Amino acid sequence: MKQVMILIVALLWMNQSYAAFNLKQFDNPEHAARYEDLIYQIRCLVCQNQTIADSDADLAKDLRNEIHKKILSGQSDQQIIDFMVERYGEFVLYKPRMQLKTWLLWGGPALLLITGIIILIFNHSRRNKQVDLEIDQHVLKKAQNLLDKDNNQ
Amino acid sequence: MTLRAFIPLAVFLLLITLLWAGLKLDPRKIPSPLVNKPAPEFSLPRLDAPDKIVNSKDFLGQVWLLNIWASWCVACRSEHPVLNAWTQQEDVFLIGMDYKDKPEDGTNWLKVLGNPYRLSVMDENGRSGMDWGVYGVPETFVIDKKGVIRYKHIGPISWDDLRTTLKPLISKLKQESS
Repeated sequence: MKQVMILIVALLWMNQSYAAFNLKQFDNPEHAARYEDLIYQIRCLVCQNQTIADSDADLAKDLRNEIHKKILSGQSDQQIIDFMVERYGEFVLYKPRMQLKTWLLWGGPALLLITGIIILIFNHSRRNKQVDLEIDQHVLKKAQNLLDKDNNQ
Repeated sequence: MTLRAFIPLAVFLLLITLLWAGLKLDPRKIPSPLVNKPAPEFSLPRLDAPDKIVNSKDFLGQVWLLNIWASWCVACRSEHPVLNAWTQQEDVFLIGMDYKDKPEDGTNWLKVLGNPYRLSVMDENGRSGMDWGVYGVPETFVIDKKGVIRYKHIGPISWDDLRTTLKPLISKLKQESS
């Protein structure tokens, strides 16, 4: 039990020190909130499956500093995002934009779901028909056999 | 029945093709939005003479290359002999950008491994590199006579890259009017 407690405390502690490299000084709480929001929107291009909020790569650090500076100098979120996209491309956005180029990415799951439902309905209705036919033929055969037996006796 | 039996096979083959193609893609190579756009301007001190400021506009009117390197960059070491040999054989206007490096480390690196650059500029804090969308060193940009980026090479340049891509591109760009 004691060991488990130590483990839990250690894990909690790790999480705190892990978040510490994101700390930035802001006088305005609104700026701080915007900073928090933005660093989770920008991808770190060095460790590509992390946002710059999660990554401790040098580039992520630089980009966080740049966002910090830009917020303090009064730039809007859109200006900062445009700055990143102009330099690093659309890939820098952790959440891809909804546009013509990315329709398959966004619409793909829905498309698959709809296709699946259509196939399911199609198969289901056909199977029902087949079952009906089989019973019919089966019954017919049985009847025929019975009739044949009767005739032969 | 006969046609339907081949559906799983077809799906399987489609998947294999997609995965096969995916194997050959390098996720580290992200196409730069800067290609075919005017090269970002920089104004940086020379590595060998920090009091002299070099502006990227100084190179207008010729085909030039910007190679981003650093003394801490491991992949740069495999690229360096290629650049050395290439610039000795041919007249290449190769500019170096020492990215996020200490000037003394960069100077020492060139002293030990040789200097293929016409000149190198110091981007100590990496801010100019950010304007060029640098995210992994080495990176190399080819800029035409009008100051437009025409190609970006990510990662170390190999002899094959030189032969198949860079050399033909540069000789083509040299024939364009400025």
